Amino acid sequence: MRFDEEFFNLGYIDRLSYKETFIHNIDARVKLVIVILYIISVISYSKYTVSSLFPFLLIPVLFMTLGEIPVKFVLKRLVVVSPFIFFIAIFNPLLERNIAFYIYGIPINYGTISFISIIIKFVLTVSIIIILVATTSFAGLCYALRYFKIPEIFVNQLLFLYRYIFVLTEEAMRMIRARDMRSFGKKGTELNFYTKLAGSLLVRSINRAERIYYAMLSRGFNGTMPYNRKREANIKDFIFLFAMLLILFFFRFFDPVNIVGKFIERII
Amino acid sequence: MHMADALISPSVGVGFWALSVGGIAYSAKKLKEQMDDKIVPLMGILGAFVFAAQMINFTIPATGSSGHLGGGMLLSILLGPYAGFIVMASILTIQALFFADGGLLALGCNIWNLGFYTSFIAYPLIYKQITKNGKYHFIASLISVVVGLQLGAFSVVLQTFFSGISELPFKTFVMLMQPIHLAIGIVEGIVTAAIIKYVYTIKPEILLTSIPIEKKMKNDTSIKKLILMFAVLTVITGGLLSWFASSNPDGLEWSIEKVYGKPELPEKDSGIVNVLKNIQEKLAILPDYTFKKLEKKEEASEIEKYPNIDIGTSVSGILGALVVLLVAFGTGYIIKTVKRRG
Repeated sequence: MRFDEEFFNLGYIDRLSYKETFIHNIDARVKLVIVILYIISVISYSKYTVSSLFPFLLIPVLFMTLGEIPVKFVLKRLVVVSPFIFFIAIFNPLLERNIAFYIYGIPINYGTISFISIIIKFVLTVSIIIILVATTSFAGLCYALRYFKIPEIFVNQLLFLYRYIFVLTEEAMRMIRARDMRSFGKKGTELNFYTKLAGSLLVRSINRAERIYYAMLSRGFNGTMPYNRKREANIKDFIFLFAMLLILFFFRFFDPVNIVGKFIERII
Repeated sequence: MHMADALISPSVGVGFWALSVGGIAYSAKKLKEQMDDKIVPLMGILGAFVFAAQMINFTIPATGSSGHLGGGMLLSILLGPYAGFIVMASILTIQALFFADGGLLALGCNIWNLGFYTSFIAYPLIYKQITKNGKYHFIASLISVVVGLQLGAFSVVLQTFFSGISELPFKTFVMLMQPIHLAIGIVEGIVTAAIIKYVYTIKPEILLTSIPIEKKMKNDTSIKKLILMFAVLTVITGGLLSWFASSNPDGLEWSIEKVYGKPELPEKDSGIVNVLKNIQEKLAILPDYTFKKLEKKEEASEIEKYPNIDIGTSVSGILGALVVLLVAFGTGYIIKTVKRRG
């Protein structure tokens, strides 16, 4: 059991986020704003929208290729998290059976349309988030949050949490490995063993927190955390932001699918 | 269960974002007032501990399936409600960002569902009340976890309902969510209580600073008794629920009946609708002669219920969609090949 493979590829995402590409070098604040606006515009479509959502695929694709994020990785992640959404959405075709139209005699009901719409929205919103964290260092994101006036305690908490997930999950994995080596089959996974393992991990963690606190004190900690990722946004960031806002606005309010379709039809 | 972006409407998402950010800001303010710097690393580590503890799997007695720790109540017990809420919010943020659990817009909902109810309702109103005399920590943590999770699950249902994206009828969804989360809550409650107890026996001073825990917590037999008690309770409530479900036919069948079984709507209209749709299908090659317009003329009532659909209702729609998709993928491909060469 290795940390990288086992723990949601967190280590892999972390390494991806320190690449040097065009997208990685864009200011984290800019990326955060774009992603949030992107999600809101995707979600704001009605539940029966399908084709108007297609253009929005362009933005994740653009981010992914410019940021050199492997497509396979994003797809895998999408599959892993899809069951819950699938479970909720699958009821739509079953419960809303009024028929919307026929495709060569096959009736398509409103429920099916909304089901497809939910799945597309899911793919779009989840992939853009995966791409955001794979192209932005976590420290950068936290700095962005701090810039947008999210309470300092919360941002510090995020930084700490992120850092120590790596440390503590590795420790947990060592414990699991030790347990598995000393037990056979399902033995060792009983509840009372679990509480002992988790309990001693908790005690160790609390002891570690104390040591960290003294280490911080001895390095001059006075209640606030310094941020070293401060960086001014440059012209490139502004241009990128502006271009993306324009594209989003165009996609959301002008329905390019319709325009392109009509145009091609006229040519034919 | 985590809410997902694709299931909520923007207004619900933004509304709960506002509530959750408000909760975080309030907790941050409260923490600052009483803050001991020492809590800063402790909060971070305990958050990471919840992730790490989730790595360790265990088998749930009697079922054989595996479960893991949720952690909200444990954090509140160890850190108090304000810090507990902030840590829970940070955990959910990491999950939304890195594990794609939930989503960015749904994050507000998730923080509210999984953080607010445990930290600000179950902890102060149940846990604190029961343990007033420094007794019954085990039962207190169990009940408060169950209640917190039930409220959270109900909140998921409400949010889904008000978003109106899912077609699941309210009652059916409640019937699905509450029992599932009762089971999850019981397991999580027992685990939480057992960990607290274990830590107390190993290193009582950790808990003594934050909670005056009962001096003599009984040994493992209490867990077994509790499991038995809850098993009986589950059977009883399960029986009651199913009795309710059968005596007044709501749930799935009822709602299908409601959608489908109204005699006037399908029988009278469907004939015309079908004919029209068949015609429409044949006419669809003609530009601008879309399905929407036909329907508007004949069926004003139907159109009110169903807003425009724009799955290519016309040829132009389909063509446009195809081209846009091609462009999207093509751009990615071109950039990739250009990059590889350059």
